[in-house]
Amino acid sequence: MSDIPNPAAPFADPRGASLLVQDGRTKRRNAAEGRFKLYGIIAIVIGLLMLLTLLFTIISRGTGAFQQTYVTLSVPLLEDKLDKNGNRDLEDIKKVSTFGYSPLLKAAFENKVEAAGIETDLKSKDMADILSKDAAAQLRDHVLANPELIGTAAEFEFLTNSRVDGYLKGRVTRESIANDKNISAEQLDFVDVLIADGSLEKRFNLDFITGADASDARPEAAGMGVSMIGSFAMMLVVLVLALPIGVAASIYLEEFAPKNWITDIIEVNISNLAAVPSIVFGILGLAVFINYMHLPNSAPLVGGLVLTLMTLPTIIISTRASLKSVPPSIRDAALGVGASKMQSVFHHVLPLAAPGILTGTIIGLAQALGETAPLLLIGMVGFIASNPPENIAEGLMSPNSAMPAQIYEWAKRADPAFYERAWGGIIILLVFLISMNAIAVLLRRRFERRW
Amino acid sequence: MKDNRYSESDVTTQPVKIAARNVQVYYGDSHAIRDVDIDIADKTVTAFIGPSGCGKSTFLRCINRMNDTIDAARVTGDIRIDGEDIYDKRVDPVQLRAKVGMVFQKPNPFPKSIYDNVAYGPRIHGLARNKADLDDIVEQALRRGAIWNEVKDRLHAPGTGLSGGQQQRLCIARAVATEPEVLLMDEPCSALDPIATAQVEELIDELRQNYSVVIVTHSMQQAARVSQKTAFFHLGNLVEFGDTDDIFTRPQDPRTESYITGRIG
Amino acid sequence: MLPLVILIAALALGGYFLARRRALASAQGDSRNLHSLPSYYGYNAVMSVAVPALLVLGLWLLVQPMLVQSSVVDMIPAEAVPEGSSVNLIMSDVRRLADGLDAAVSAGALSAGDATDLSAADDLRAWLAERGVAIGAEISPEVLAAAQAYREMTATGNFWRNIVVALIAMIALFLVLRETDAEFRARNRVEGGIKALLILAASLAILTTVGIVLSMLFETINFFNLHPWTDFFFGSSWAPNFRGDSDLSILPLLWGTLYISLIALLVAVPIGLFAAIYLSEYAGPKVRATAKPLLEILAGIPTIVYGLFALLTVGPFLVKVFGRGDAGLLGVDWMSGATSVLTAGLVMGIMLIPFVSSLSDDIINAVPQSLRDGSFGLGATQSETIRQVVIPAALPGIVGAVLLAASRAIGETMIVVLGAGAIARISGNPLEAMTTITTRIVSQLTGDSDFASPETLVAFALGLTLFVLTLGLNVLALYIVRKYREQYE
Repeated sequence: MSDIPNPAAPFADPRGASLLVQDGRTKRRNAAEGRFKLYGIIAIVIGLLMLLTLLFTIISRGTGAFQQTYVTLSVPLLEDKLDKNGNRDLEDIKKVSTFGYSPLLKAAFENKVEAAGIETDLKSKDMADILSKDAAAQLRDHVLANPELIGTAAEFEFLTNSRVDGYLKGRVTRESIANDKNISAEQLDFVDVLIADGSLEKRFNLDFITGADASDARPEAAGMGVSMIGSFAMMLVVLVLALPIGVAASIYLEEFAPKNWITDIIEVNISNLAAVPSIVFGILGLAVFINYMHLPNSAPLVGGLVLTLMTLPTIIISTRASLKSVPPSIRDAALGVGASKMQSVFHHVLPLAAPGILTGTIIGLAQALGETAPLLLIGMVGFIASNPPENIAEGLMSPNSAMPAQIYEWAKRADPAFYERAWGGIIILLVFLISMNAIAVLLRRRFERRW
Repeated sequence: MKDNRYSESDVTTQPVKIAARNVQVYYGDSHAIRDVDIDIADKTVTAFIGPSGCGKSTFLRCINRMNDTIDAARVTGDIRIDGEDIYDKRVDPVQLRAKVGMVFQKPNPFPKSIYDNVAYGPRIHGLARNKADLDDIVEQALRRGAIWNEVKDRLHAPGTGLSGGQQQRLCIARAVATEPEVLLMDEPCSALDPIATAQVEELIDELRQNYSVVIVTHSMQQAARVSQKTAFFHLGNLVEFGDTDDIFTRPQDPRTESYITGRIG
Repeated sequence: MLPLVILIAALALGGYFLARRRALASAQGDSRNLHSLPSYYGYNAVMSVAVPALLVLGLWLLVQPMLVQSSVVDMIPAEAVPEGSSVNLIMSDVRRLADGLDAAVSAGALSAGDATDLSAADDLRAWLAERGVAIGAEISPEVLAAAQAYREMTATGNFWRNIVVALIAMIALFLVLRETDAEFRARNRVEGGIKALLILAASLAILTTVGIVLSMLFETINFFNLHPWTDFFFGSSWAPNFRGDSDLSILPLLWGTLYISLIALLVAVPIGLFAAIYLSEYAGPKVRATAKPLLEILAGIPTIVYGLFALLTVGPFLVKVFGRGDAGLLGVDWMSGATSVLTAGLVMGIMLIPFVSSLSDDIINAVPQSLRDGSFGLGATQSETIRQVVIPAALPGIVGAVLLAASRAIGETMIVVLGAGAIARISGNPLEAMTTITTRIVSQLTGDSDFASPETLVAFALGLTLFVLTLGLNVLALYIVRKYREQYE
């Protein structure tokens, strides 16, 4: 059957006979082995280094947004300027526009300079300019809410404008403002005096988290609050729609679907949809929900619908995995006592798969929270989220922005003050994402059963 | 069916190739192999028999230090090949395994061509100076594996395309291509049909002319057919070792007798 | 319409209790004599009442506007369509006028009789504006007549709709109550209904794909009516402008997309693959348990963050290295702006590292251990085994993973919008800004141009091309992986 040649080996064996001596070739091979391992370690280190750089950049650039510079002033609420008739009639007071409040601010500064003995060449208008353009409106709102204050002098905290804020944060220096029309060196000197005086300081700014967006000229007043509401509204829509539909589809595909070509097509579609670029979903949303169904532009409802379609494949895939992991013996046991197939699924399999489904849903929601591209196309950016919605219906249907879209909008404005806010917004977004993922992991650890 | 033909051959005069003394193997906390002392002779087929889980494969894998790839395994004791302790710190397992070849239970040809399967070992150990040398090595290995005639016209066909028995013979050819001195075979026929098994058994018989062959088998009949020496393992202990004939006709230990007569196993 | 829905709900709810009671009654009060649990009879009734009624309602709501619209359009003579406008624009005026009149009537600003008696008198527009109805253009008599007809037809349609749907609900209730008795297999019926719902949910996937394709297809066809497709696919310049003679070809954009994706893959594939190899073959369990989740974090970071990182950190850094002349690190002046192919490509590569790494990890782990054992048994080192046995065995899967990563890179939007710039050009210099398909989709659809203009419609053509491209890559990846996986099974 076989033909074994002369047993004496015909070729020279260059290897040494002793195992205790590592021959040259083995040494070289081991060196190659070491190098190979090194490449792997380098790759991992590069990846982790990138992660660290990213996190470091985000934190170092973004924490500044949570602090803002304020000035405390005592403003004389002169009756002859605000309520000429003296009736404290709200309609009369409302007639005084924001413009009418600016002289009060100038007066406040004049009083301050006199009282504190500050020497400055600045005119009161330039002094008042260090305040945010929002300041007069802020004052007016407060007076309208408390008309009885007219005639007294009240202490207020005003936001300073973004240049002053930048000065305190190190963004703005005397060299950098050489060509800047918005601020002068004398104003910065004045600011220094006020800092020494204790009435101007940088402190924690809750309004960044809770407040509304602001126009291009007032980055100091911009906040994430309203866009957060927009994001929540969308997440609500996604949860309410994607979870039931996704679970229903998964149950069908996993438990009931026959193995024919229709089922194949459905499954192929789902895995394709999971890989479709997000911008295509945005086009779909624009064409179907806005143009064809005439839903309101920029509404969180539309955003939620688009994100639902995007999240469905993710939820379906993870739900199917959870359903698959429930052993067939459970189903057989249910059928064995006479339950129908549907009862066995809904009464037995689904509750056991629930933790996995929940985890997958939370992760899907977290992914949806960070999506930006489709929202740009349905108009949820470029809109200034300036007023919080009154109720749920308005929250869903009235134009709003979302957190990632808001961040994009700020990044587009090409102002270092807005860049800082964009990074700050990223911190808030990441805090949400980390919490959601942490909850998902905790849930998985707590409830996962190993069959 | 076939008696052990070589029972009175020059088996007893063969030198000792592998000498093991006081070998213990631990998997984590469990003591899998206890106090094994054995001398395995050169140019001989030695069979390890015993019930499932008794440790024969584990001990086999100690001889080429394959247990090193398992984190939880720990080997103590002395195993010497040609007098050199293979667990010495200076020994590189890579070099050891060129000297001690292995054939596995389930044929595992690489998803490469037949030629590349056989040429893999010689290539990494740098055994061929040029392509012509390599061709010779491959051909000789395939002849030694008793498969040359069947594949010589399709050396570049994938190795996974062969039948089960052919694949195992390919794996044997691959193992002998590095010119090892010892050949370890871990139940090489258990995944094969009877005809392929017969082919491989005949091959083993021829192989012993050049190599020291250690074969683990759960079939006593196979051990009786192909081996000259047999070692019986039970619950991690080497119970009895001796000439195959003696083990099967005049076992000394009652456990050996129980196994052979089928009362345990 | 709300009262109608409430009526249906009330009928359904009532049906629940009535059916349940009827079933129990027919079983002499003993629920054990019933085929199904009592609640199933109730649910059956709810289903039988609500589903047909809601279905018909939904269909009616969908079809009625189309029918009304098409018959009103016929009313508008061609001469009444002013220059530069179209029937569609007239129709939207008609709709707005009709809706405005209806709103005014229901708000009480206009009596119902006045509304129908309106004629196209002078200053009708101002008269309406006073009453809170804002119309864009002057109202011609034809438009007014069409709007009145629209209102009338819609009102009639709504009236009949309510009658028909309510009737259906009531008849259904009657029928279902009649068939309810102890023998009736309510549970089977209900479960059949639930199954139909499940199937509907599953078909949503197909519906979505169909929706995606159709929504882009129609507008793409509109676009190709306005702009030659040969120029779109084979022309060489992208320069939209408002005059109407824009150059709108995809090639510069395709070039930008592919160039950036190439750089991204050059970064992500080696790093991701080696990381996966080390983690699956060499790393101990502790290292694996720490490093793998950390790398996965990179995958969970939203792309807007990467985009900002590209624009504000990586870009300026690269400019410091490659630009700024004497003030820069290398003393050269090759790079002027922060946005460039290299910026976007590098950051996208970082984003893709965990993608490639985790896919490769799965694939490498799927290679059977017996192959590794065979290689070790022959005396190969671990790196030789990996390089010569494991990777070749895993190669189809790895190729699939690379294709999937490429598909992801091609479809990525935020990183390139912020990091790659808006200039469309075909150039080999990675330090220049080059725009991509996805960026232009965003800019063309969020710009100010009129929706029906080719400058806006081109975005749909771009979207369709992108969809087909990524779909092709995904299908190819799946095919390769599936074809070669068979060798292990």
